[in-house]
Amino acid sequence: MRAFQILIDGFAISALYALGATGFTLIFGVSGVLNLSHGAIMVAAAVAAWAAASILGVGTYAGALIGVAVALLTAFATYFAVVKPIQDSRRIPNEEKEIFVLTGTLLWGIMIQELIAYFFTNNAKTVLPIVEGVVEILGVRTPKNEIFTAIVCCLVIALLWLLVNRTRTGKAVLAASMNPRGVTLLGLELTNIYIVVWAIYGILAGIAGVLLGMFLGVSSYSVGPLTASAFSIVVLGGLGSVSGSLIAAFVVGYLETLTAYLVSPAYRTIPALLLLVFVMYIRPQGLLGRR
Amino acid sequence: MNRALSGALRIALGAAATGAVMAASGAALAADPIKIGVIAEAQAIAGASIPQAAQLAADEINAKGGVDGRKIEIIGYDNHSSSADSVRAFQRAVNEDKVNAVIASYISEVVLALEPWASRLKTPFITPGAASNEISKSVHADYEKNKYTFHGYLTSAALALSVCDAAKDLLVDRMHMKSAVIMSEDAAWTKPLDVGYEECLPKIGLKVLDHIRFSPDTTDFTPIFNKIEGSKPDVIITGISHVGVQPTVQWKNQQVPIPMFGISSQATNETFGKDTNQAAEGVLYQGVSGPGVAVTPKSVPFAENFKKKYGNYPSYAGYTAYDEVYYIADAVKRAGSTDADKLVDALEKTDWEGTIGRVQFYGKDDPFTHSIKYGKGLITGLMLQWQDGKQIAVWPKDVAKVDVKFPSFIKLSN
Repeated sequence: MRAFQILIDGFAISALYALGATGFTLIFGVSGVLNLSHGAIMVAAAVAAWAAASILGVGTYAGALIGVAVALLTAFATYFAVVKPIQDSRRIPNEEKEIFVLTGTLLWGIMIQELIAYFFTNNAKTVLPIVEGVVEILGVRTPKNEIFTAIVCCLVIALLWLLVNRTRTGKAVLAASMNPRGVTLLGLELTNIYIVVWAIYGILAGIAGVLLGMFLGVSSYSVGPLTASAFSIVVLGGLGSVSGSLIAAFVVGYLETLTAYLVSPAYRTIPALLLLVFVMYIRPQGLLGRR
Repeated sequence: MNRALSGALRIALGAAATGAVMAASGAALAADPIKIGVIAEAQAIAGASIPQAAQLAADEINAKGGVDGRKIEIIGYDNHSSSADSVRAFQRAVNEDKVNAVIASYISEVVLALEPWASRLKTPFITPGAASNEISKSVHADYEKNKYTFHGYLTSAALALSVCDAAKDLLVDRMHMKSAVIMSEDAAWTKPLDVGYEECLPKIGLKVLDHIRFSPDTTDFTPIFNKIEGSKPDVIITGISHVGVQPTVQWKNQQVPIPMFGISSQATNETFGKDTNQAAEGVLYQGVSGPGVAVTPKSVPFAENFKKKYGNYPSYAGYTAYDEVYYIADAVKRAGSTDADKLVDALEKTDWEGTIGRVQFYGKDDPFTHSIKYGKGLITGLMLQWQDGKQIAVWPKDVAKVDVKFPSFIKLSN
């Protein structure tokens, strides 16, 4: 009974982590950017979906779409207003650009967080679930919304796989992640590829944010922890490796759920962080890292 | 070295000059405003009502001519729910903005951090919403030093009593419940609350089956509800303030079949309904007042005026903050001065019918010195329930309009 409970809850949370981390790792893989405003973009999506549905009363579906749209816009804003100016700058030495991008996106994330707190308070918001009610699975009373979350996450990740491996655009993205210079030599504009990647990222982060808002709820305080959790999943899986992130997301998700059920909810995140430290010792490139 | 020396000299000179100017202006104080600093969690659901309610009270008093011709001026500071920010705000309020009294915070950790500063800077200080017993115990332990602090809200001990009094009537006598699990967030204010619960629940006939304290950072409450369900209690007795939206929504989404009853500070604000997409339906929470509840003749007009001005009904700390501005003004009037020690003397003699009941403070010899008195004819608290998207009083009988009712997923065992 309890084993099934852990299995089911763990799956939903892991799938959500996986979706959140995929976009994060994709951006790093393709353009070398560690986007520390990741959590802020997810929270912006969830809060926008909540505000559209609860304050403007546009309904659950439209609210969710608005949430994803806001994430997409915020992702573009992050790229054009923060990341690109740093990458294009001639005054910042090339070897320092990564640090500048890290700091820039971190500050940008804090700005978004404070804006959300200012306009919508720092209280948790929950997005009205698209499907309500519960079903019994193997004797476990499971909210339909939890199943919905897991299904959407898996579907979106599958679509992403198809996009990357089966379409021309996707192959260009893949190529850029392997050898950016080679891609430019083939006559593809690197900036266009970056825009595509940031668009994919925005949509992924938006869907993850809205689903998180439906499943657990978010507040402006969630910004830091969400960035940190995506970051540690991605580092655990191997920076830039999408499949590594997926595996790591499930490892972390299940480890947290096991701890919460079998030890105490208060210690939920500790074992996963210990595992991260341990993996860094014995395999610094992460589970499926390339280096 | 030289430069540093001259810098220090300049500061000293400046301070002396300021002192001289202050002394000169002291003579012309008569029509100066009475300044009240309000330090609060402007971005939090329970704290947001504090500065709003204080301003409303000040506007009302000023519209009637102020206190002996002196206007009340509210100076607000957002503390971002942080103790460090609050201490800086307190210093600034006293040293730069020259406030006569401070109203601050609903968070016990913040109030406990401010208490020594009220003593050091000798400034009367009242909290509208923190609950920890330690606030008034410190006043009792070192009265001469800490007498500047007043506790304008019930202590955790009194809150536990209030919840138990209501639980006896509603849950034990009426619904024949027999067992409970305590679920509270890990914070300064819940330590004495839990002690109070553990002591009074068995006395009223509710056996405590389990006691779960969780971190206020918790986002996923599934394992907690799962554990609670495992011990099959009739009711969950809550002690939550920093969290509220997430456990409530997950309680509903997971259809946890056990009612929640107790302290849930966020549920006291009307915005809670929207924040939870009405998942609050059926939640029972302790309050000192509530929309449409005529605790005193002042309660309903205040709640309505507040809603008219700010768009929603206030949280519990709104009611207390509103009363506090009034009884500070009353104390200034009786003291005939804003001198800190005279004001403290006058505040101790407060007997003010506010929106939450009749406010009096425990004296020097009571263990909870300067905390508001709990009891019949003073302040007893209420039990309210979210029903059809509204906050409705269900206890005590004289103000209750309707019976308790639960959403369909709640399975009452008796």
